[in-house]
Amino acid sequence: MAEPIVRIDSISKSFGAFKVLDGLSMQVMPGEKLALIGPSGSGKTTILRILMTLERIDSGHIEVEGEQLYHMSRGQALVPADERHLTKMRQKIGMVFQLFNLFPHKCVLDNVTLAPMLTKGVPKAEAHKRAMELLDMVGMADKARAMPAQLSGGQKQRVAIARALALSPKIMLFDEVTSALDPELVEEVLNVMRRLAEETDMTMLLVTHEMGFAHDFADRVLFFDRGRIVEEGKPEDIFRNPKQERTQSFLKKIIAAGHRV
Amino acid sequence: MIDWSGYVGLMLQGVLVTIELTLMGSALALVMAFVAGLGRLSRFFAVRALATAYIEFFRGTSIFVQLFWAYFVLPLLGVELTPLQAGVLALGLNVGAYGAEVVRGAVQSIGKEQYEACVALNLGRWQSMRHVILPQAFLLMLPTFGNNAIELLKATSIVSLISLADLTFQAQVVRAQTGNTLVPFTTILIGYFALAMLISWGVRSLERRLSRGIDGVRA
Repeated sequence: MAEPIVRIDSISKSFGAFKVLDGLSMQVMPGEKLALIGPSGSGKTTILRILMTLERIDSGHIEVEGEQLYHMSRGQALVPADERHLTKMRQKIGMVFQLFNLFPHKCVLDNVTLAPMLTKGVPKAEAHKRAMELLDMVGMADKARAMPAQLSGGQKQRVAIARALALSPKIMLFDEVTSALDPELVEEVLNVMRRLAEETDMTMLLVTHEMGFAHDFADRVLFFDRGRIVEEGKPEDIFRNPKQERTQSFLKKIIAAGHRV
Repeated sequence: MIDWSGYVGLMLQGVLVTIELTLMGSALALVMAFVAGLGRLSRFFAVRALATAYIEFFRGTSIFVQLFWAYFVLPLLGVELTPLQAGVLALGLNVGAYGAEVVRGAVQSIGKEQYEACVALNLGRWQSMRHVILPQAFLLMLPTFGNNAIELLKATSIVSLISLADLTFQAQVVRAQTGNTLVPFTTILIGYFALAMLISWGVRSLERRLSRGIDGVRA
């Protein structure tokens, strides 16, 4: 049995008086496609943001590829990680945001090449070549010289995916990446993600309200409520035969709101 | 009878000194604005305190007094400056203090999502600043920088008080020698206005050039 690529051990996180995560533990296997679903405020996005080091944890431990994310060993003791350790750990992880977060002052190609050139010292020509391959994969090669403001939401999100892939992360985090899109643009982004799941062995964590996509895409679904995992299992079990009452009522509401499962 | 060729010559010399002061003062102000503006955003308390002290001091005291200090008091401490050096120093430090707040405000107005994208792409603090935040913030600073530059231009007239032969100084020379007030002062009124328009136009076209593509209108 392989070792988990991510091991989360009883982490807690509060924003003021609001406890977003409450002693949460979970594991992710290498290459696993994991869907995190649940009502808003249930802590699923916070987990992605914690893994990307955009939020710190109040307590608990996280291991990525067997190494502590927020701690490092100094002699025998575990001490809080410094910026250098975080920089090293971030190389393993990439993230795509709900609102794309492209750099508006740079063209599509420069958005994709910036980080590899700066953080890995990849020569310009090589970074360009790799960026064009990735843009080709997401169907955006012909827009390489366009500015983000000229693109539709779906196109921006595909560029954002290429940008995250350019650093070759082992783990990709997708935070409600289709929530800000017009309905007719959702599919083009989901198609890119399907392709990614088929063609790579990347570990993918997905926070989504697209239940149909989660059903087809994920190896395992986690249902979150109030900072805890209420239920987890294979997509067909969670979506067809949810055992917990809270899962049932959540799925009922989602289906009533017009999402297909 | 006024000797008009001599008059024009004096005024041209004056304009050149005023332009020289404005350019050099603006250059110093720009450097100080970025140093102090970014200093106020530093992680380190000492840097923040130093930047804040500089900004508050130079905004809170008169530019006249600052100029007189640079020219008349510094020599007592063993630092001799020419009138031009004293003028550039006082103007640059004074206007730079205002500019520093412009830099800080613009940097802070860049959305959190841009910083988060930088973290997710593993850019370092300085890399994020240099390649992502500042290029966007600079565009926001430009209109106010234009204002500051015009303020600086107009403030250059005070250097006539330390006998630097700028536009205002030359007008006073002409008035003293000819007794005519209307002509020299109308000339420099128009002169300052024309220079201010030149700055406005320059900043506006720079703004247009740099914002190209960002708003989605043109690439």
